[in-house]
Amino acid sequence: MAKIIAERLNFYYGDFRALADISMHIEEYQITALIGPSGCGKSTFLRCLDRMNDTIPGTRVEGKVWLDGQDIYAPGTDVVDLRRRVGMVFQRPNPFPQTVFDNVAFGPRVLGLHKKENLADIVEASLRGAALWDEVKDNLKQDALSLSLGQQQRLCIARAIAVRPEVILMDEPCSALDPIDTLEIEELMRRLKVDYTIVIVTHNMQQAARVSDWTGFFWLGRLVEFAATQDMFTKPTHELTESYITGRAG
Amino acid sequence: MNRYLVQRAGFALLALAALVVVVPILLVIGTIVVRGMRAINWEFLTAMPRDGMKAGGILPAIVGTLLLSVGTALVAIPVGVGGAIYLSEYARDTWLTRAIRLAIINLAGIPSVVYGLFGLGLFVLFLHFGTSIVAGSLTLAIMTLPIIISTAEEALRSVPVEFRTVSASLGGTRWQGIRNIVLPQALPGIITGVILGLLRAAGETAPILFTVAAFYLPRLPRSPLDQTMALPYHLYVISTQVPGMPAQVQYGTALVLLALVLSMNVVATVIRSTFRRRRQW
Ligand SMILES: Nc1ncnc2c1ncn2[C@@H]1O[C@H](COP(=O)(O)OP(=O)(O)OP(=O)(O)O)[C@@H](O)[C@H]1O
Ligand SMILES: [Mg+2]
Repeated sequence: MAKIIAERLNFYYGDFRALADISMHIEEYQITALIGPSGCGKSTFLRCLDRMNDTIPGTRVEGKVWLDGQDIYAPGTDVVDLRRRVGMVFQRPNPFPQTVFDNVAFGPRVLGLHKKENLADIVEASLRGAALWDEVKDNLKQDALSLSLGQQQRLCIARAIAVRPEVILMDEPCSALDPIDTLEIEELMRRLKVDYTIVIVTHNMQQAARVSDWTGFFWLGRLVEFAATQDMFTKPTHELTESYITGRAG
Repeated sequence: MNRYLVQRAGFALLALAALVVVVPILLVIGTIVVRGMRAINWEFLTAMPRDGMKAGGILPAIVGTLLLSVGTALVAIPVGVGGAIYLSEYARDTWLTRAIRLAIINLAGIPSVVYGLFGLGLFVLFLHFGTSIVAGSLTLAIMTLPIIISTAEEALRSVPVEFRTVSASLGGTRWQGIRNIVLPQALPGIITGVILGLLRAAGETAPILFTVAAFYLPRLPRSPLDQTMALPYHLYVISTQVPGMPAQVQYGTALVLLALVLSMNVVATVIRSTFRRRRQW
């Protein structure tokens, strides 16, 4: 079943059309990878899915994005709640300069979850969910910035899942990490997709091939090809896709 | 000329320039401390002035300056920090906000006596607060606002945009992001600005001259609408207006004012340097 459907989505930075007529189905409990050369609009598309682009002045959206059958750009949409439902993990690990505990507790506190449930339980569950619990359980009071980069990124994932989103958007989450940390995050993504729908932007073809179920190939603001990852990497239908994934273009 | 020689000559000149600044300051402070110490005792700090201020203590002036600082803080901190939050977090870049910023920069450069006259006109006369602690505090608050607003805005802007984005991505409202992550991160910078602003207010004579300061009032103020003595004005009075004043009393008063201002300055510096050490982004 499709969790998110983008329908003829256009996005403009001023007069510049960064996305042109994107239509895409994002399946629930699957990992969808977005690939394509720099500047082709992957991040822009990702930010359209939780309306993070709204804050950039001079931008404009046309078309529709359906989340569970509801148009998130319809007037009257609760954007704050939308962003709780659709979480985001960023390129550079960016924990708050606070303790590990406070980082994970940030979202639940802001949403008032701690009034109904035990905050420590939420934090533990989230850290377990992000495969970080065993490494930090003895010292939840340590400064988040004292963790290694890979741990910091998993902390950011824990922070994101602490508010129980339905979708997690990841914009090149491994580009600042070394290969071992990268493999750890990929392993984590495979486990997370049991509970969450994941969309990941990556520049790493192998990564897209390894972790994703679906792959979309962007080129100059257009979605050139969208297919099951296996098909995309074994028998791409477009010449452009083939030359990009084999490293001849981009 | 040999380039190493040029460098050495350059450094020597720079060191000389630094000396020219530092030596007089040290001399002034040294003189005040050495000569003022002799006046400082328990009575000087806790008693009312006697014999036309030539004897006794300076308690009402100390209390007056502390009360004025508190009054200034009560007004200037909420308004200043609130204004800074508005300018940094909410205001769009329009001609209006640009005009406001320009006004703030210019206000910071206005001589303090102008603030004093403004306070006299607005608070003392027009609003009928009379010559009072309220009028003096409001006047000092207006004078410190530009300092507080500009340092606080700077502190808020130095918090990475990313933190606001992350907070929003977790389902926080804009205000929750400001309240829970931006403000705590900016707090040391804001506190520094607040202290620097209050420091200036505590040491100024001109703004309180027409709005609150009493020439000679050997009792503590009983209400916010009372006049009061204050250290800077008292110092001015005993240094220039009263013949035959013992130098010891003058230096003692100067030392108390200096100690007050310097200790606040030290606090501000400590806060700032711990902040620098902790900041890692
Ligand atoms: N805030 C902005 N204002 C104006 N133009 C922008 C802005 N952000 C992105 N763009 C432009 O929109 C296009 C798409 O950018 P986007 O960041 O979505 O690309 P991307 O595929 O994520 O690239 P990368 O792989 O380098 O991250 C680019 O041409 C970029 O220059
Ligand atoms: Mg990008």
